[in-house]
Amino acid sequence: MDVAVPLFRMEGVSKRYGGVRALEEAELNVHRGRVHAILGENGAGKSTLIKVMAGVVAPDKGRMTLEGQEVSFPDPASANNAGIVCIFQELSLIPDLSVADNIVISNPPKRFGMIDRRAQRRIAEEALARAGGADIHPMAPVKELPLSRRQIVEIAKALARRPRILILDEATSALTAADVVKVFAVLKRLRAEGLALLYISHRMHEIAEIADECTVFRNGRNVATYLTGTKTDNEVVEMMIGREYSHVFPPKSPAVRSDKPPMLEVRNLSWMQRLRDISLTARAGEVVGLGGLDGQGQRELLLALFGVLKGVSGEVLIDGKPTVIGSPRMAKSRTAGMALIPEDRKTEGLMLPMPVRDNLSFAALDRFCHGGIIDRTAERKAIDEMIKLLSIRSDGVDVPVGSLSGGNQQKVVIAKWLMMTPRIILLNDPTRGIDVGTKQEIYQLLHRLADSGAAIIFYSTDYDELIGCCNRVLVLYDGAVKRTLVEDEITERALIASALNIAVEQVEAGIKPAINA
Amino acid sequence: MSDWRYRLAEQRGTLLAIAIFLVMFVIYVSNHPAGFTANVVQTAANKGVLLALVAMAQTLVVLTAGIDLSVGMVFTLTNCIGSYIVTGSMGTALLGVLGVLVTGLMCGALNGLIVIYGRLQPIVTTIATGSIYYGIALWLRPQPGSDDNFNSDIADLMTSQLPGGIPMSLVALLMVVLVVWLPFRRSAVGRAVYAVGSSEVAAYMSGVPIRRAKFVAYTLSGLLSAMGGLYVTFITYSGEASFAGGGSYTLFSIAAVVLGGVSLFGGVGSAVGAIFGALAFRTIGDLIFVFDLEALWQELFQGVVLLLAVCIGAARLFQVRNRLDLFS
Repeated sequence: MDVAVPLFRMEGVSKRYGGVRALEEAELNVHRGRVHAILGENGAGKSTLIKVMAGVVAPDKGRMTLEGQEVSFPDPASANNAGIVCIFQELSLIPDLSVADNIVISNPPKRFGMIDRRAQRRIAEEALARAGGADIHPMAPVKELPLSRRQIVEIAKALARRPRILILDEATSALTAADVVKVFAVLKRLRAEGLALLYISHRMHEIAEIADECTVFRNGRNVATYLTGTKTDNEVVEMMIGREYSHVFPPKSPAVRSDKPPMLEVRNLSWMQRLRDISLTARAGEVVGLGGLDGQGQRELLLALFGVLKGVSGEVLIDGKPTVIGSPRMAKSRTAGMALIPEDRKTEGLMLPMPVRDNLSFAALDRFCHGGIIDRTAERKAIDEMIKLLSIRSDGVDVPVGSLSGGNQQKVVIAKWLMMTPRIILLNDPTRGIDVGTKQEIYQLLHRLADSGAAIIFYSTDYDELIGCCNRVLVLYDGAVKRTLVEDEITERALIASALNIAVEQVEAGIKPAINA
Repeated sequence: MSDWRYRLAEQRGTLLAIAIFLVMFVIYVSNHPAGFTANVVQTAANKGVLLALVAMAQTLVVLTAGIDLSVGMVFTLTNCIGSYIVTGSMGTALLGVLGVLVTGLMCGALNGLIVIYGRLQPIVTTIATGSIYYGIALWLRPQPGSDDNFNSDIADLMTSQLPGGIPMSLVALLMVVLVVWLPFRRSAVGRAVYAVGSSEVAAYMSGVPIRRAKFVAYTLSGLLSAMGGLYVTFITYSGEASFAGGGSYTLFSIAAVVLGGVSLFGGVGSAVGAIFGALAFRTIGDLIFVFDLEALWQELFQGVVLLLAVCIGAARLFQVRNRLDLFS
């Protein structure tokens, strides 16, 4: 295999952002008909690497060759023309345009100088079918589609450009398990057709299934390239984080038995047709997980608890007292003491152009105010404490939060809410698209918060997290709680079976049993 | 069948604007002493077409998520230039018309170049260039007037009545829609304009020609404003550098665009909607006339109708059950 000339080659590529070295003498060989996985922590240089390949940023030095010819890409369009197409982690779809408009956006079919809508429709339908999204209507506006469907459109859009090298950056992180299966089938077919695929993901089991070879990046350098299956997960993670890899999850604290009323109790909560008769309790010190396939009402449940939804029926009790929460402002008040770590940190969690400092103190600003004036000294002290607690890496607290890496941004979101010392913490898939190191820190943090007496509701699309972090898991299906799993019952097999709403025996053949089942 | 559902949803704003216009126009003609006659329609059309052209100009820039505060001043400048160069024989007058349109194109192109390469915000850029355009207009026509050789034949033709009582100005407007708007809407660069307005980052990442899209939007905007300026020259036979006139056309164009269902956030709407928004907005003034109210009520009444119309457009927000949808 090694005798083959690489389709694409990158040598000695470096890129700095200010004082930060994002890429340092990076090297990469991409071959036809292979899936090449890129692994690395946040800030290891993966994003910069693919941005250089896709023409989004220009490298400071180094050279790239495509089929032996030296190439350079001043903008994404020229990379596309050379056959390098990237599916970015941050979706690149245009919300107000239709699915079909989006699929052909970079090169619409034309007749007599005008866009040929019939041809466009045909191309869109073909591409959607290839990407496993034949059920998506080509005329639907993208903004009306849920996240997982948008990701399918994103893949269809890439395929419509007939790429030679397809880069997938966390392309499956928003997908449901069923969609991932479909996408993998597509990727395997593309590989057989001779396409080169570059696959960036934090999900190790996905890499094990799809990748032929892997390259690990650390601190902007490629530290190792190996064939899939020749290294254990432990070895890989060690190479990525460059430190000893012990246990990913901190040991769980046993659930608290207490006669006190639960900190949060929900009775018969319903909302439109999306939430059906949901009841749950969370005691102080307990981590309650929400499981199930993506889009079964988990997000809506958290939003309903946080006072974002209108027309919610049912009862919410805090410390045993019925409480009406009509807005996020009421939710974070001292009586409720709730915090919500949102799913989309870019729009719901952070004010990207504002400095880290201001972002951190927004939720807890009341606490530093005397007569409407912000007490700068108290604010600064609290911010410094938070930055130390979460070890947020940053050139300073005065840079715009948008300039931090994804993992650090997510830590800022979490820190912002911790500053008001919430008693009930709602987390909406907080580790999506985040590196292993930061994930671990977030698990530790959850553990500490629970120990200090907070009640935590934790939605995750990653089953391992639910198994590793939760005392109880409620599996949602079609807006209702399908099953409640307690302690040792929380296994991968049980989670998947109840998520798909089928009996355990039926999936046994397809899914390997969980370790502690 | 579901194709139709999406098509209807896409045209929602435009259809609403048409409905608002029709309701107001029916009230107007049914209360007009002369009733639904060719002359009533003619007068309404001539006035309406001026604002409709400027509103179309505004639409193009608003679709890119920008705003053009110079449309009224381009309108005024081209009106003044028209009063100088649409002169002599039919041949030279037509050359003059061409000259006016090219002036508009250049004004729009300048706006576009500054916004694209100067990276200034559209609102600031067009306030500045608008002042410049007005300054030139005032320099050309310190007093209202026209050239002695002004070709009134072409002016009369463009404001005439066709057989059957159809106003020529409406036909001209229809031609502009067919020749300028529809090809633009169906072209790749038109799609790029919508993409840029909807999400500039996503458009960039998709390799959409952002600069070309903005440049075309601003340039065509200048052209459409110049068509409005030309028409006012045809109607009045003269040029006038009126600051208040230019300013009110700019503000009314924004009102018309909003009435027409074009989103000020960019990426949503149609110039056809803006045309009906403009016609509806003009009809308000006419309603004041038929109900014999004092002219001072006009501004107030226009404001109220504009607010009501925007409220109708926003009514579906009451059905929103997820407050996060209010912000998107």
